[in-house]
Amino acid sequence: MAVQTVATPSRPAPWRDPKIRAIAVQVVFVAVLAAFVAFLVHNTIVNLRRQNIATGFGFLDREAAFGIGESLIPYSPADTYARAFLVGLVNTLYVSALGIVLATLLGTVMGLARLSSNWLVAKLAAIYVETFRNIPLALQLLFWWALLRGSAPPPREAWELLPGVFISNRGITFPVPFAEAAYFWMAIAFAAGLVVAFAVRRWAKRRQERTGQQFPTGWAGLGLALGLPAIVFLGYGLPLRLDVPALRGFNFAGGTAMSPEFGALLIGLVVYTGTFIAEIVRAGILAVSWGQSEAAMALGLRSGQRMRLVVLPQALRVIIPPMTSEYLSLTKNSSLAVIIGYPDLVSIANTTLNQTGQAVEGIAMIMAVYLAISLLISLFMNLYNRAVALVER
Amino acid sequence: MAAGLAAALGSAVPASAGPTLDKVKQAGAISCGVPTGIPGFAQPDNQGKYTGFDVDICRAISAAVFGDPDKVKYVPLTAQQRFTALQSGEVDILSNNTTWTLLRDTTLGLNFGPVVFYDGQGFMVPKKLNVKTAKELNGATICVQPGTTTELNLADYFRGNKMEFKPVVIEKIDEVYAAFFSGRCDVMTGDGSALAAQRIGRAPNPEDYVVLTDRISKEPLAPVVRHGDEEWHDVVDWVVYAMMEAEEKGITQKNVDEMAKSDSPDIKRMLGATPGMGKALNLDEKWAYNAVKLVGNYGEIFDKHLGLGSPLKLERGYNNLWSKGGLIYAMPIR
Amino acid sequence: MADIDIAEEIPLPAQQRPPVVTSGVIGWLRANLFNSVFNTILTILAVYLLVLTVPPLIRWAFIDAVWDAPNGQACRGEGACWAFIGEKWRFIFFGRFPYDAQWRPLFVVVIIIGLVLASCDRRLWGRRLVLLWPAGLVMVGVLMSGGVFGLRYVPSEYWSGLPLTLILAVVGMLFAFPFAILLALGRRSNLPAVRVVSVAYIELVRGVPLITVLFMASVMLPLFLPEGVTIDKLLRAQVAFILFAAAYLAEVIRGGLQAIPKGQIEAADALGLGYWRRTRLIVLPQALAMVIPPLVNNFIGAFKNTSLVLIIGLFDLLNTANTALTDSNWQGFASETYVFVAAIYFCFCFFMSRYSQRLERTLNRGHRR
Repeated sequence: MAVQTVATPSRPAPWRDPKIRAIAVQVVFVAVLAAFVAFLVHNTIVNLRRQNIATGFGFLDREAAFGIGESLIPYSPADTYARAFLVGLVNTLYVSALGIVLATLLGTVMGLARLSSNWLVAKLAAIYVETFRNIPLALQLLFWWALLRGSAPPPREAWELLPGVFISNRGITFPVPFAEAAYFWMAIAFAAGLVVAFAVRRWAKRRQERTGQQFPTGWAGLGLALGLPAIVFLGYGLPLRLDVPALRGFNFAGGTAMSPEFGALLIGLVVYTGTFIAEIVRAGILAVSWGQSEAAMALGLRSGQRMRLVVLPQALRVIIPPMTSEYLSLTKNSSLAVIIGYPDLVSIANTTLNQTGQAVEGIAMIMAVYLAISLLISLFMNLYNRAVALVER
Repeated sequence: MAAGLAAALGSAVPASAGPTLDKVKQAGAISCGVPTGIPGFAQPDNQGKYTGFDVDICRAISAAVFGDPDKVKYVPLTAQQRFTALQSGEVDILSNNTTWTLLRDTTLGLNFGPVVFYDGQGFMVPKKLNVKTAKELNGATICVQPGTTTELNLADYFRGNKMEFKPVVIEKIDEVYAAFFSGRCDVMTGDGSALAAQRIGRAPNPEDYVVLTDRISKEPLAPVVRHGDEEWHDVVDWVVYAMMEAEEKGITQKNVDEMAKSDSPDIKRMLGATPGMGKALNLDEKWAYNAVKLVGNYGEIFDKHLGLGSPLKLERGYNNLWSKGGLIYAMPIR
Repeated sequence: MADIDIAEEIPLPAQQRPPVVTSGVIGWLRANLFNSVFNTILTILAVYLLVLTVPPLIRWAFIDAVWDAPNGQACRGEGACWAFIGEKWRFIFFGRFPYDAQWRPLFVVVIIIGLVLASCDRRLWGRRLVLLWPAGLVMVGVLMSGGVFGLRYVPSEYWSGLPLTLILAVVGMLFAFPFAILLALGRRSNLPAVRVVSVAYIELVRGVPLITVLFMASVMLPLFLPEGVTIDKLLRAQVAFILFAAAYLAEVIRGGLQAIPKGQIEAADALGLGYWRRTRLIVLPQALAMVIPPLVNNFIGAFKNTSLVLIIGLFDLLNTANTALTDSNWQGFASETYVFVAAIYFCFCFFMSRYSQRLERTLNRGHRR
């Protein structure tokens, strides 16, 4: 054994060759997996046929024939199941988008508050985070829902908060302006203002690099984005007619309403996710070393500038990736709407698969939609992440 | 950690591929799907035991199969879960206030037993809204359980009458009622009997609510079994018929022992004094005797849980015997 | 004594303000609450908020509360009705479990909490714990289902309340763990087929809400099985939990795997260890030790997620509480019940999150420079 001859390595036996073994292992793995999947599919087909359960997506064209409580797009029971699904999808996207924006605001404020030098504020923020993070979301939703529908009066005795804004156990009803041609042009003006503001910012930056002179881009931008629409609004002669809700029969007619279910879902999602975002923001800012802030102070930057120009850009790199997963989980958590009866995607798909008996198709559709949403949010956040990432030479 | 799994797997034994009756006899218990909570029909008490009209249907079948009414495992099911629970074999029978419809009978792979309760969909409103008929409900917010015929009938009715409504849907029926009584909706819709039951059984003050007399649909409620198991279907059918027949013949829980000695060939055949019926059903000859003796006849369980002997005080109405102007009609046991 | 003259010429420091007090109550207040205009405003706002919320809450929860009442009508008032909890606590904790045998789930809760506490003690980490867990879980299974030692058999349909919540969480994580390790290794595997399948599984499960996985287990799984085979509802939910938790755990473990220096693997290769021995002896011990704090966080998430089984009709702690609310004699005590149940969940989660933070600090000590 002691004498080893160093010769050209002979080819190992086929069952010892790592390459061949790798291929064999994979072939077996795939075969077993395929057999397992085939077994499940076979069982499903047999079961469906034996029990005489209908299959296929043909039901999507059939009339849904059930009502939906709240919808952002026109819907009536005479519409198809496909349309009902769409209503659910829009509701899910609506509550998720609103939730993401509000949770980010709340979370950022609370995360900064926890770092505040003000002892009381820091403690209050800590209590908020620790409390709401450690209670299951489902329980929080049920609580908010019971609170919203239980503590408000019936519509006929509604509290009038402001003229036209009513709070009752049907939710919050508030006036909305009637659609006018001016609003379309105001939106265009707003977009144009943003574009110009962006151009101004680029110009100011270049000028500062060249001459060192600063330009109040923030104020200019704000002025452009809000000023242009305001000019259009004035130009049209201040067209503002409000659709004011009024009690008619059982309920408020006119205006727009936010139901207790929507309110509970939104509050629950924002308060719950806000705690996680607060922790992420806090950790992100703590990750920027104190020396950076000291260096900024030495350069004479004021505290706002220090935050905006030195700390935040570095903190964002730490913050963005976990933030993405919080946005994803908020979107997925919006499916808990089914507990309190807000007609989101899952709730409507649930009713559908129950009325049609086609569980496989219904669940497959929900999963596909959520997967698509998840991938889109990941994609978007990854792009943003790339924009703020450290560019190294 | 094996124990947790083993314990759960204990009930995961593959059932014999044979019919449900064999499986039930082998397991020594009937798995019965009941609603999560409707007063009078099925509701758990403080100690978690189920009682009610739906529950007694399962108890009667248990009495007929085992000679013991309590060999039943109750599985509370929501509207969404009930059919898959039955299709998958998790429960052997649904006694779950299920309406018999064409699509359920065909596309869902179900078979329906005899109708045990003839019902119709109605509306309950708070008295102070001053509503007299369903036609005045335009614009109302209505609480309804999703995934039911109730939900579809509601939409049909409002469309048919060119009226608008706003549904509030919650999966569990108890929570739908809780939402209604807390004032979340103007109107509660459901089977007329269930509305009456909930008004008495659950309203903070029953006098504040009224069930409108309009009925917008036919709701024949029947026990449900799987498609393709005729033997078990027969057992369910005939136990229910026997309970109806017992009422018709005046056989009650109290007098069933004397009746068994009667000279009437019909009664002797039914109660097993003359053998033959039990054998045909693959049951003990005392099947009907046990069902009546241990649970009661149709009229008795109706009175006990829903009728005058109960807090709900429902009229017999359509659910009276055919001979008394109702629709309850047992097929001849011979 | 010319010195005195000189001293008199020095201007007395009287014109300067006295130094700011930096100790004592006032100093603390100044440093922590009123150190700038902005902070002063914040402090005033915060105090106003506290005055607005805390006294009414205390009045509701304690001063005006009703502690004893025969029924709901007698309990209605300005304050909380804790009599309702007194009436329903056994149902909330143990649900539909047979009333006279509820000492059994009580023991189960004690055993599971004991096991978790034992696992938190670093001195016990090792073989003994590995033996303790199976023994404990066998006891849990025997106590819950019975059928032996003269205990009455209780089908899993009757398991409910806090024991069910704990069983779902603990058993779910225990079984998800080995599966998650395989998935994490699969995702880092050199074999393309294994890698693709692992990635697909992990991303698919992480891309959908838990509800849909639970729906699938409750509604679709029965269709996947051959005719005549049924799995009871609890086991189906448990399987769903395991499959779901495994995907998230796998990502945590992958983090640990990625942090292992390549040199370790090369060293193992140089020693002539094969893939499995290398993984078992070199890679996993280091990788898992690194991810213990995130694992605990994951466990907290799984514990909170058990509350979703209410959607598929299992009677976990949240569902028993919700069912207790529908009693017609006791209407409208939702806030009390939810606060009570929230307190229970909070105790568990808060303890675990504190533990994970402490662990993170102690474990990191070695790595800190």
